[in-house]
Amino acid sequence: MTGQIIPLWEVFIRSRNGLAHKHVGSLHAPDATLALQSARDLYTRRGEGLSIWVVPSNAITASDPADKGMMFEPTASKIYRHPTFYEVPEEVGHM
Amino acid sequence: MAAASIIVAETPLVRYLLRRADDALILGHRLSEWCGKAPMMEEEMALANMGLDLIGQARALYTYAGEVEAAGRDEDAYAYLRDVRGYGNLLLVEQPNGDFAATMVRQLFYSAFIDPYWRALMASPDATLAAIAAKAEKESAYHVRHSAEWVIRLGDGTPESHRRAQDALDNLWAFTGEMFETDAGEQSLIADGLVPDPAALRAVWHESVAKVVAQAGLTLPQGGWMQKGGRSGQHSEHLGHLLSDLQYMQRAFPGATW
Repeated sequence: MTGQIIPLWEVFIRSRNGLAHKHVGSLHAPDATLALQSARDLYTRRGEGLSIWVVPSNAITASDPADKGMMFEPTASKIYRHPTFYEVPEEVGHM
Repeated sequence: MAAASIIVAETPLVRYLLRRADDALILGHRLSEWCGKAPMMEEEMALANMGLDLIGQARALYTYAGEVEAAGRDEDAYAYLRDVRGYGNLLLVEQPNGDFAATMVRQLFYSAFIDPYWRALMASPDATLAAIAAKAEKESAYHVRHSAEWVIRLGDGTPESHRRAQDALDNLWAFTGEMFETDAGEQSLIADGLVPDPAALRAVWHESVAKVVAQAGLTLPQGGWMQKGGRSGQHSEHLGHLLSDLQYMQRAFPGATW
């Protein structure tokens, strides 16, 4: 089995405190069912999660690091998109 | 001086608790032997997790045995200071790991029995037993699922994995009958309504194992002569070697801690 190519899976866990599933790592498994079991065994040993997603790594389309100039730098000069130009009334307190 | 063995004054309940604890400890120890040798890292963790579940169950049962025996013994005394003839585990769980298929078939045989057993024990009027069972059942349910998924994949995998899985079924089959055996002591606990009758779970066990084996494209052996003796301390040659590994430190250096 180890001599064959076992597909890679990305693991996402939703933690106890709610919020979204978060990427926690990857693992090898022959299929989705065993990927889910391995994710449980590898990534939720200390009570980290209440829900697991596994996704075949090759199903993820990733941005090319070489494109980072085009992709991400144009936003650097658009500081007006940050919500820092509002006056927050005292009564609102911590947001 | 090396630590001497203890002799436990066994009432039916103490003997019952030690037997169930021994099943869990010995199988847990067997799984721990895979550490560093599993076929892949993911499975290494899965085997260790299952082993830790089982050792946790053993601890709870030994601790309760200590309370019931009331001779001032703790879980370590039972685990480390009883000789091989004092152990009452099933012959099935002491069988060597063999290859990965043998380990998974052994796990399926045991887990498919103990999972409905724990579920039945949850109804025990003994609150401690019921609580131990409730905790263990969640763990054993996962062990059934994990071992079943692997048996299906091994049976339905390559010709070699199929052959190894079939060999494991054939070789371990004779050790399955003992799971449903009881002696007079355990029958008295069953009659008192304290614990379930394992014989009543045979059909459930057979159905769940047969389903997995059929899905795997394997053949479940039928009937035949069944091994027994583990419950009364008559073990295969493998258990003594296992215990020498398990007990060596506490026997050579009594009470050692680190």
